[in-house]
Amino acid sequence: MTQLWDFSGGVHPSENKQQSTSRPIRQAGMPEHLVLPLQQHIGEPAEVMVQVGERVLKGQKIADVTTGMGVPVHASTSGVIEAIELRPVPHPSGMSDWCVVLKPDGEDQWCHLEPISDYHKLDRETVLTLIREAGIAGMGGAGFPTDIKLRPPRDRKVETLILNGAECEPYITADDMTMRKHATEVVNGLKVMAWILRPSRCVVGIEDNKPEAIAAMREAVQGTQIEIAVIPTKYPSGGEKQLVQILTGLEVPSGGIPADIGVMCQNVGTAMAVSRAIFEGKPLISRIVTVTGKAVREPGNFEILVGTPVSYLLESGGLQEDQLNRLVLGGPMMGYTLTTDAIPLVKTSNCIIAATADELPAPPPEQPCIRCSQCAEACPMELLPQQLFWYSKASEFEKAEHLNLFDCIECGACSYVCPSSIPLVQYYRYAKDEIRKQRAEQLKSDHARERFEARQARLEREQQEKELRRKERAKAAAEAQAQKQAEAEQSVAEGEATDERAAKAALVQQALERKKAKAAQAAEPAPAAVEQPDIETLEKQLMQAETKLSTMQGMLDEARAQQADNVEKLERAVAKNHDRVERAREALAEARGQMANNTSDASSE
Amino acid sequence: MALVQQSSPHARNARPTSRVMLWVILAAIPGLIAQTLFFGWGNLINVVWCIALALASEAAILKLRGKPISFFLKDNTAAVTGLLLGLSLPQFAPWWVSAIAVISAIVVAKQLYGGLGSNPFNPAMVGYALALISFPVAMTTNWAGAATLWGGAPGLVETLTTIFSGSQTTIDAWTMATPLDEYKHKIATHTAAEVLQHPTFGDLVARGWEWVNLAFLAGGLLLIWLRIITWHIPVAFLAAIVVMSLAFGSNADLYAPLQLHLLAGGTMLGAFFIATDPVSAATSHQGKLIYGAGIGVLVYLIRTWGNYPDAIAFSVLLMNFAVPFIDHYTPPRTYGHHKARRGVPSKSGG
Repeated sequence: MTQLWDFSGGVHPSENKQQSTSRPIRQAGMPEHLVLPLQQHIGEPAEVMVQVGERVLKGQKIADVTTGMGVPVHASTSGVIEAIELRPVPHPSGMSDWCVVLKPDGEDQWCHLEPISDYHKLDRETVLTLIREAGIAGMGGAGFPTDIKLRPPRDRKVETLILNGAECEPYITADDMTMRKHATEVVNGLKVMAWILRPSRCVVGIEDNKPEAIAAMREAVQGTQIEIAVIPTKYPSGGEKQLVQILTGLEVPSGGIPADIGVMCQNVGTAMAVSRAIFEGKPLISRIVTVTGKAVREPGNFEILVGTPVSYLLESGGLQEDQLNRLVLGGPMMGYTLTTDAIPLVKTSNCIIAATADELPAPPPEQPCIRCSQCAEACPMELLPQQLFWYSKASEFEKAEHLNLFDCIECGACSYVCPSSIPLVQYYRYAKDEIRKQRAEQLKSDHARERFEARQARLEREQQEKELRRKERAKAAAEAQAQKQAEAEQSVAEGEATDERAAKAALVQQALERKKAKAAQAAEPAPAAVEQPDIETLEKQLMQAETKLSTMQGMLDEARAQQADNVEKLERAVAKNHDRVERAREALAEARGQMANNTSDASSE
Repeated sequence: MALVQQSSPHARNARPTSRVMLWVILAAIPGLIAQTLFFGWGNLINVVWCIALALASEAAILKLRGKPISFFLKDNTAAVTGLLLGLSLPQFAPWWVSAIAVISAIVVAKQLYGGLGSNPFNPAMVGYALALISFPVAMTTNWAGAATLWGGAPGLVETLTTIFSGSQTTIDAWTMATPLDEYKHKIATHTAAEVLQHPTFGDLVARGWEWVNLAFLAGGLLLIWLRIITWHIPVAFLAAIVVMSLAFGSNADLYAPLQLHLLAGGTMLGAFFIATDPVSAATSHQGKLIYGAGIGVLVYLIRTWGNYPDAIAFSVLLMNFAVPFIDHYTPPRTYGHHKARRGVPSKSGG
């Protein structure tokens, strides 16, 4: 008997699973068009490799991710590429994205397949590549590329490999039916993954409300070391974090992944896809989807080709359109409503609920929170939903974050039990979005500030360098001046020399030196010539700077009086202007001094 | 095809607030029956009168505040406030004392703070404490003695006229100090054995009161079983009284004995129906334990060394003050975290 742990909280919603388990899995058949979104998983969108009008074979790669994380997309049947265009895709926002539209030719002709019977002979890297090339991404929900997940960081050895067959959400029975019908394939896929990861323990977690699936899986694991753990039915036991806790007693650290504690979860559908990819060489082009809800006459599970429109599947289930009130993709706890049935089913779609108005009625109007704590009792993450609600509603995001808002898995247990019918999860999503937005803005403004400061520093440095150069020039000029004077004095002194030859030589020397100095002066921009007209400009600059300073000062005084929040900024501006005035003044004084020198030079020569 | 757009979860199975409150009312009925059996019509009349007033004043203030009246009246919370006051006021309290208690509870303590869910203090206990401080005589001399003492309680009409006309003369014969009051004042000059001779104590613990308390205990257990309240507050409350009594008051010649603390006065009503008001109580399990224990300790302190024979209202209100503080320091440890994040977020963020 496998030891089990309990997770705190949880709820017991009506299961509503028997509606879709009474019929065997049916083949949905071939819709008129298949719409294959280029992004069906977390990571980068795939790049199209085919052209409009091209004929493709079933299983042929039609798009791949060349840079970054992602997996390829394959043609779900043989046919002609009709368009590559923006189409509505499965997303809570109802957005459109790039899709390849495939018109089936009815022949369903496979491309060349390379099944592998003995994968043990290959190296693990090759098998991982095969999994990637088969376009497999986690089929339980988020759709994380499976090959990447199967490569945990080097220092994170996976000790426990968990196959998630809990399927705790009401209505959904896709995994249940998959295990009943394809237990061997599921176990084979699991074995491949176990071979890659070499865990010391491999366990399948199944909720006790699926006796047929449990029996089928027990039979399929006969003779292996794989454990079948029958866990109590409680939502959300199939949540990754909760299942890890139930089966290992360990908690996934906040912000971390199960691999951090040596655990990995894989989904039942993913295991089947891995099995098909290895043993049949078939890429992921079909999956099992539950169609249920009171608005369909024949609820059940269908094997669909990826890209099948929701509308086609609903028809197969016998949709009564006049009854349809709400269309949910996913389960009733975490799924999202669709605005249209003209969207394709993708690798991660597991359930479509066509609900009538009395089946999933509109919630009654929201009442005030009375802090009854039913939500806290239900929360599987041991949060305080009532406090998170209070802070989210009041936009006190700091406090909400402090109470671990970001650990919320949005399972909906709190909203499910709320006596005041408050859409709590919606408030948390809002708060999370706002915080993310604020962070992004903070980052942006930080960058802007850094840029500004860098520019400011550069300008200042340039100014200083300019100043330095100018000072050096002035110094050089002054030195030249001093030398000239010294020479003049020397010449007077030397004039008294008796030795005529020596005097002559000295005169020649003097002349040479004068000439040299003159040449040096000419090489430098002649100070007198350039700087004389500059005085006017400098005066003007000084005046301008002074007026600006006084206006700034005025503004600052006003801001101070009003205690405005830009006081600091203004103070800085005033200080800067003050410096500017000082500099202008200095420059002017220097220029004036130089001009005086120059004029005296001119007169002395 | 106009499809409904809704944020998840789509399934809901909540007991609406109105039904939660209705269960609270139903769970209090055994206690009310016991009160009526042992102390006459007084509590029943008070309950009806207080609920009617509570609903009327709630409607009036909702209208003034421009809020939808029937939407809020239907949540049954005003009725619960009226009920709790009716159950805790003295049986023969004059109508205007009840009226002042109810109106201050609904209008001031609840609606002026923002209505349902926004009141920091337990509304019923605000009303009760206000009445007790403002009208100490009316609130201490109008307690009925157990009917078994006299072979029957005053009739319905007699009780009604007493409550609504204000004539106290006819009813004086039926009133008696409460057991806690009696013990507290007599024990200073008598031994325990002498004090317990008084008919108010009866053969068991406190004539009539013990059954009333047990009935409220039963109703409270029903609420826990229905998961309307959790065990934390009542258990911590009662445990604190037990611990305090054993630690400080084991000498019956000086202090009221433990069984009197538990089964006389408003202990069980307070522990299961009053202290558990979720709006004004602490949030987390740990917080509830601290909150409940705090009330228990204060009840014992005030009963034993304070000026009042009973102290549920004051203790609850004092702990209401402490709730935001308790909440800051008792969040649960979230899944995947090493420890709980106590305190308030630091200004620097993070």
